[in-house]
Amino acid sequence: MPTDSLQSPSRSSTSQNGAVNAPTLKGSEIFVRALEEEGVDRVFGHPGGAVIKIYDAMERIQPSYDHVLVRHEQGGTHAAEGYAKATGRVGTVLVTSGPGATNTVTGIADAYLDSVPIVVFTGQVPTHLIGNDSFQETDTTGVTRSITKHNFLVRDVNELASTVKQAYHIARTGRPGPVVVDLPKDVQMDEAPFVYPEEPGLDGYTVPGAAAPKQVDRAAKMIEDADKPLLYVGGGTINADAPEALTALARKANIPVTTTLHGLGAFPETDDLALGWLGMHGFYHTNMAVQNADLIMAVGARFDDRVTGDVDEWAPNAKILHVDIDPSCISKNVYADCALIGDAQDVLRQLLPKVEPKDTDDWLAQIDAWRADCPPYEYETPDDADQIAPESVVEALYDKTQGEAVMVSDVGQHQMWVCQYYKFGKTRSHVSSGGLGTMGFGLPAAMGAAFGMREGRDLDVVCVSGDGGFVMNAQELSVAAAHGLPLKIAVLNNNYLGMVRQWQSLFHEDRFSHTDLKPTNPDFVTLAEAHHCVGLRATSPDEVGDVIDQAWDVDDRPVVMEFQVPKEEMVFPMVPAGAASDDMLTEMFDKEAIAKEG
Amino acid sequence: MSEETLTRQQIRRKRKFGEPLLPEEEDGTEQEHRHIIAVTLENTIGALNRVTNLFSARGFNLESVAVGETDEPSVARLTLVTVGNDRIVAQITRQLDNLVNTYDVTDLTDAEHVERELCLLKVQYSSETRPEILDIKDIFRGRVVNVTPETMVLEVTGPNKKINAFIGMMEAHGIEEVARSGQVAMHRNLEYEPPNPLASTDAAPSANGAASDA
Repeated sequence: MPTDSLQSPSRSSTSQNGAVNAPTLKGSEIFVRALEEEGVDRVFGHPGGAVIKIYDAMERIQPSYDHVLVRHEQGGTHAAEGYAKATGRVGTVLVTSGPGATNTVTGIADAYLDSVPIVVFTGQVPTHLIGNDSFQETDTTGVTRSITKHNFLVRDVNELASTVKQAYHIARTGRPGPVVVDLPKDVQMDEAPFVYPEEPGLDGYTVPGAAAPKQVDRAAKMIEDADKPLLYVGGGTINADAPEALTALARKANIPVTTTLHGLGAFPETDDLALGWLGMHGFYHTNMAVQNADLIMAVGARFDDRVTGDVDEWAPNAKILHVDIDPSCISKNVYADCALIGDAQDVLRQLLPKVEPKDTDDWLAQIDAWRADCPPYEYETPDDADQIAPESVVEALYDKTQGEAVMVSDVGQHQMWVCQYYKFGKTRSHVSSGGLGTMGFGLPAAMGAAFGMREGRDLDVVCVSGDGGFVMNAQELSVAAAHGLPLKIAVLNNNYLGMVRQWQSLFHEDRFSHTDLKPTNPDFVTLAEAHHCVGLRATSPDEVGDVIDQAWDVDDRPVVMEFQVPKEEMVFPMVPAGAASDDMLTEMFDKEAIAKEG
Repeated sequence: MSEETLTRQQIRRKRKFGEPLLPEEEDGTEQEHRHIIAVTLENTIGALNRVTNLFSARGFNLESVAVGETDEPSVARLTLVTVGNDRIVAQITRQLDNLVNTYDVTDLTDAEHVERELCLLKVQYSSETRPEILDIKDIFRGRVVNVTPETMVLEVTGPNKKINAFIGMMEAHGIEEVARSGQVAMHRNLEYEPPNPLASTDAAPSANGAASDA
């Protein structure tokens, strides 16, 4: 709370929205207080010249929220994303102008493509210097315009509090997304009466709630008429807190459920109706179900090209029923026969009483037959005794956690293995970079998720990363260590950029152009220790369990577990980019078949 | 209009379920048309920038933009002309609607509307060509707004096609300069309920349903 000296009663005045006796504060103080009023509990930030006033105000006010000093602004934005995805709250980032702002760009773009609610506050040069190519000046709103849901440049201190309110409102509601607020230094120093508005007051911004009743009736009829229905569930379901409604609908009408990468966790994978995930590295039976279904009900999913492959060949027999909160997603990639625009939870609850129990036994038997034809890829234990099958590490992590953990993955082969071999059963238990595919996302996002666990949920946070992506933001290890976060970090080290290597092997005749990381890889155990973490290494299959047990014995700082895995291992099944979903590579030997076909 | 302009997926789907390939509402869905879209938005530079940025970021065509303040100073009205098939244009209007700064997005193309563009054209003249130029100007109901010994500046307003025709007629006389304002448009009625951009998705089957009920 501000001390008396921060308030000048003599200068109290009528504020914009009519409240009297509002304290007159400096912009920097208004900012700090506005975040308190908004209920922010954690800010990931890095100070610099253009936000020094705000950091000074934080030091004087000692606000109710905690500040985490990250070591790179990109790490800060990913941490805010991990925090937001694991808790469902809005993540907050505070950085300086110029390089501080541009360093957040990757994280903002990542949050935009994955619909993650974060608000990024960037310092800016004083308004009279904007446009002069001043020191540490970037046109932050210009740079971030096409990768934010909305952005603001605050030109007047009187608009600061309402802008903060609007930023959080926009980030949180509708289809969530990143919002950037650019704060010039003079605005931080100017004074204004502080009143935090009750309402955001955004005339042009509407949030869909329930769907049109007529459409709901049509949708119920389509479900009733379908013989081979399939639920295709994306991250929007989790954003809308709709997993319960979804599970109720699936069970009532006996509709099998397939999830996208971000939908994992929306439906318990131990359920008989769960098919696992679909798309490029989805299971054979799931993609066959898609190709043969006569009704696909998409819930909070956007028909991404990694899901559909060749759009024209995708689900050729199916009518499409699309539930989404974003009207611009309807018929964007795949024509929707019926659209239900609204909040996924509201829409599913509208639909639930109108859907009658269905008999889909024939359809489920058919899917089981496909599963029997081509079971999920069975990996082999490597011949080399000091190598470990990467899939077995993911299975061991599942055995240890039994699904009671937040699994965070980086980007690459290991990310696919996590999705294939870990059985997600809890909502908000999977955090990954899907749309943008940002290497370096995993560790900082896991750190953010672990901070989130302090404010409500109490789950272990496990990060699975590759040797390539882990190094990209490894500096955040010391931040996690300083805060005593008991992170469990598994680095599946094949000394290669594994996914690129896989593509080079399958589609570029084994020309491994610049994907060998062995010469530049650090010693991961020493790296962990240098960052005040525990470093462990497993070099043979029988050490995996021990290493994991040891890691779970540490509860006061992060543990990095390095697993030596073979570079030749590939992710199967695989639908090559742009191919039809039933045109899959399911096993290693298919590679030679392709080579023969030329 | 023809089958080839639908995607293979759409054709297959429609055949499979015995839907007409061209239901009334979807007539010409895949044909490229010129569309006039009226947008009211917050009267700030950032808002305009966001609209034009959307067109480049999403790869949409943008033929002309005209913008100005309305009777309410905090609200600007933007008239966009874009070319695309109905599906693309529906996507454009939804994306525009999604912007936080926009209040209202209306595709006026199929509505009863008036559209106008203003064109200033500087043309050379001589004593021989002068009467013909002034004749053409009169036919197009234009005005002479400036004259020098060699050139005159003509002003013509009208719909896009009229302006094109006028410029075409003047080409023979040596055009020095052309400045066009871009289209502005307005529907004729007091109230206009634009068709739901999702109508092609929604209306077709419900129309079928209505028929079977009757």
